[in-house]
Amino acid sequence: MSRAAGGLRTPSGGRVDRTQRVQFEFDGQPYEGVAGDTLASALLANGVHLTGRSFKYHRPRGILAAGSEEPNALVTVSRDAARVTPNLRATQVELYDGLIAESQNRWPSLKRDFGRINDLLSAFFPSGFYYKTFMWPRKAWKSLYEPVIRRAAGLGRAPTHADPDRYAQRYAHCDVLVVGAGPAGIAAALAAAGSGARVILCDETAEFGGSLLAETSALIDGQTALAWVQQGIASLAKNNRVTLLARTTAFGYFPHNFIGLNQRLSDHLSRPPEGRPRERLWQVRARSVVLATGAIERPLVFPGNDRPGILLAGAAHTYLNRYGVRVGTRAVIVTSGDDAYQAALDLKNAGVEIAAVADLRSEVAGALPDAARLAGIDILPGSTVLGTEGDLRVNAVTVGRVHGGKVQAEQRILCDAVLMSGGYTPSVHLFSQSRGKLKWNDALKAFVPGVSAERERSAGACRGVYDLADVLADGAAAGAAAAGAAAGGGARRFMVDAFKRSSESYLGALPQAQAPSNDKSFVDWQHDVTSRDLDLATREGFQSIEHVKRYTTTGMATDQGKTSNLNAMAIVAKSLDVSIPQVGLTTFRMPYTPVTFGSMAGISRGDLFDPVRTTPTHPWAQARAAVFENVGLWKRARYFPRGGEDMHAAVARECRAVRSACGIFDASTLGKIEVVGPDAAEFMNRLYVNNWSNLSLGRSRYGILLREDGFIYDDGVVARTGPDRFHVTTTTGGAPRVLALMEDYAQTEWPELKVWLTSTTEQWAVIAVQGPQSRRVLETLVEGIDISSAWPHMSVARGRICGVPMLLFRVSFTGELGFEINVPADFGLGVWEAVYTEGQAHGITEYGTETMHVLRAEKGYIIVGQDTDGTVTPDDAGLTWAIGKHKADFVGKRSLERPSMKSAHRKQLVGLRTKDPRTVLEEGAQVAAKSGQKPPMELIGHVTSSYASSVLGHSIALGVIESGRARLGQTLYVPMPDGDLEVEVTSPVFYDPAGARINA
Amino acid sequence: MLLIVCPYCGERPEIEFTYGGQAHLARPHQPAQLDDQAWAEFLYMRTNTKGVYAERWRHARGCGRFFNALRDTTTDHFLAFYKTGEAPPERTA
Repeated sequence: MSRAAGGLRTPSGGRVDRTQRVQFEFDGQPYEGVAGDTLASALLANGVHLTGRSFKYHRPRGILAAGSEEPNALVTVSRDAARVTPNLRATQVELYDGLIAESQNRWPSLKRDFGRINDLLSAFFPSGFYYKTFMWPRKAWKSLYEPVIRRAAGLGRAPTHADPDRYAQRYAHCDVLVVGAGPAGIAAALAAAGSGARVILCDETAEFGGSLLAETSALIDGQTALAWVQQGIASLAKNNRVTLLARTTAFGYFPHNFIGLNQRLSDHLSRPPEGRPRERLWQVRARSVVLATGAIERPLVFPGNDRPGILLAGAAHTYLNRYGVRVGTRAVIVTSGDDAYQAALDLKNAGVEIAAVADLRSEVAGALPDAARLAGIDILPGSTVLGTEGDLRVNAVTVGRVHGGKVQAEQRILCDAVLMSGGYTPSVHLFSQSRGKLKWNDALKAFVPGVSAERERSAGACRGVYDLADVLADGAAAGAAAAGAAAGGGARRFMVDAFKRSSESYLGALPQAQAPSNDKSFVDWQHDVTSRDLDLATREGFQSIEHVKRYTTTGMATDQGKTSNLNAMAIVAKSLDVSIPQVGLTTFRMPYTPVTFGSMAGISRGDLFDPVRTTPTHPWAQARAAVFENVGLWKRARYFPRGGEDMHAAVARECRAVRSACGIFDASTLGKIEVVGPDAAEFMNRLYVNNWSNLSLGRSRYGILLREDGFIYDDGVVARTGPDRFHVTTTTGGAPRVLALMEDYAQTEWPELKVWLTSTTEQWAVIAVQGPQSRRVLETLVEGIDISSAWPHMSVARGRICGVPMLLFRVSFTGELGFEINVPADFGLGVWEAVYTEGQAHGITEYGTETMHVLRAEKGYIIVGQDTDGTVTPDDAGLTWAIGKHKADFVGKRSLERPSMKSAHRKQLVGLRTKDPRTVLEEGAQVAAKSGQKPPMELIGHVTSSYASSVLGHSIALGVIESGRARLGQTLYVPMPDGDLEVEVTSPVFYDPAGARINA
Repeated sequence: MLLIVCPYCGERPEIEFTYGGQAHLARPHQPAQLDDQAWAEFLYMRTNTKGVYAERWRHARGCGRFFNALRDTTTDHFLAFYKTGEAPPERTA
């Protein structure tokens, strides 16, 4: 395609090392680059512009930019099956030997792409196309439309293997964080460091210097721009109060000067060292921030502006001067300002033929255009672009001349590159993320930082300061001020020898002839949004930019509209005939550029994803091959299968053992809170529904805790272990929130009460010994407590077991005679083993949480959070008996008096028995009063707990049903896909309703 | 992540704290004497301030104490931190 592909690399200059050749592969083709290249610069040096297919129309696309704003050249880079990174911008991928990259969104190949048909059919893909077309039938969304659309409009594919790399995270504090190491950022860092501040300077690219790395003519204080950069960075590097972070993107600006940095440590290396982290997430808290994020060159909107070979002029300038790559052999430059003339001059010097500079301004004057004229470059003032030609690469551009607002004449110019420059858009992303207020600058035709919300200042191009001397001075002033240096201490001046230039910006679509080209004028390259789409959206009535954005998806791609937002706003403003500030600005969100999940997750993955809590008997249960379940962070033994039993068989056996002999169960996960102090009883009275004043020492009671809105929050057995002391147990999952609620009332509502709260959950091991034989098992082990039948249900006493101090409860969550042994956690396993050994003669059987659930459901005992859901009152759950009768107040009491809380139609807890005893209902299944209903059905409740009961020989279920207690004996229906299941409403207590066993 | 100054422990990152909602809402001493409307007001109605808001925080992963703060909801900037039971500090504009 180009005359001499190898000849596109200049013989010298730039920041690349031509002696180090680097082999790489793109779409299966081998290529060669040099050290210092990006994938983009290396491809361009090989004459490759075509790097992708566009998102919607599958149009051939080339490299547009040289930095992170690149919308087109998205590639997948892979090292192996697990190390596949999609959607990387080729302009940011540093070349390494053996790099393998692939283009995306094309099939079967980049050059012959089937999806291109979308472009030909584009009349059928207007904005809002998806909303308008794929509406009906609804079902087709999941099965047909969405998968097809996703495949057709896909970005890269995610890797199929788990990420094997390590990602580090660290916190850092500094006085001044400088984001961006171009001229403003370096000047700021030097000034801040010079006043003794702790400074972090970060830049998203591999080398510090920003635009100065492509600056070949300007002199700063008498030295070349590059020498100034290198001297400045060397001085910063020597300062041990300065941290320099290259390849580090400040991706998010969070409140109180908390900034997220993503540092890429090894992706640029041919062979990343073993064990070294691939990326590091820095969470920086900065006393002050200097944003020196620069500006992004604005593309121009004209028909066919997306052909490969059409680049930003500044990008072409960067490729030439930083990477030593000519982006073509014969270029047409289209510009609205002076800066592109520098590119024209440098490219011409490097041997690129400049066919013409089509200047949008009718009057072209100034030092740079004059220099271009002097160099023999043809300047066409008052120009516009009417169209381009070329299939996979631009080969001609049609330039029109505008006079009196009309396109008068046109001229077709052959070329292999079109370089466009519509001025600059300051990079205000981070400023906006910090909640700073942007203001419109009409002269710059751009939004610039206005009022700051954080201790932050912008410097240089990101606030619309473009002249190099001004940029440097601005940076130095910002750095000094950020470091808190004395104000007015003589701002640093820089002597800069460079062309004075005017950076006039252009907004919106270029003027077109009365019968414009049919070709599309792209505004948002990455999401394939054209100027016509935006016009259509406003014609269809969208006026807010937030709505236009969502309707057309402009600015919503992974580049977040870095190159497109202002042109889009200008087109909408023109279409609505309002000013740009009136159109408004969409919100900039983090991340500035995509951040990997690995970086966010850090080491919190696999075993380290969450802490694991185990009980004292965990190793014993493991040795017995128990099956565990997660309950919050706890691992609890769910059942103990023997000889190949499945869960059903194991649970049936465990249940029968507890009911007929004795079972042993680890209940250590129960929350435990020690409530202590002279006002402990008063505190408990105010908090729980029960009356605690009459609970005597050595007795316990089932306690219910409500929220202030009257709904059950938690429950558990509460023991009085001293005149001023309660041992409060909570549900396993509820322990932290119950303690938090207690602390809230103790600290903020009743600070006058002398009461102290301590979590003792992990200090006690709790061993439940349950069943008719449990007393026999413990008789010989327990010291100091008479556990005969004279020691009634709900008694508590201190004693010893196996020589270990113990708090013994006679309690039961099974309905059987039962005890709960509380010993210090360290003794839990030893005592458990002793009880288990002793129990062998009495048929002791270890059981897990599943059996515990079945046994308690047989007795109608609720589980808070399973049988209640935050809308259940004590009365709904049949627990009114627990409420202290003569209490004037407790948390939630007033709410229980509200009329709706006393309605007879509330859902109440009942038992449900299926007509077929073998049918086990689905928990969560809905319940209806009438059978045979079609949706929408009239439903009156749902199933909360459901099990097969081997002891009873039939299934059992609990549920909450409207007016449930008034329906005892009624037949209700549980609609399931295969038809209604008949159930009978019963008492929730299925087993031993008289409670003879528990009191044995 | 906010930077919060616990009146007992000093400056700490937000992850050490839990949010406690609107401050200075005292639980009525005798809820039974409130009519349903007044009780519902206490129970459910909260201000949704744009601007300076008095709110509760708890240094849950630190000293465990509740305290109050004045925060500007438009900027997330804190204007003051003070102990539970204290009146919000006078603000000088």
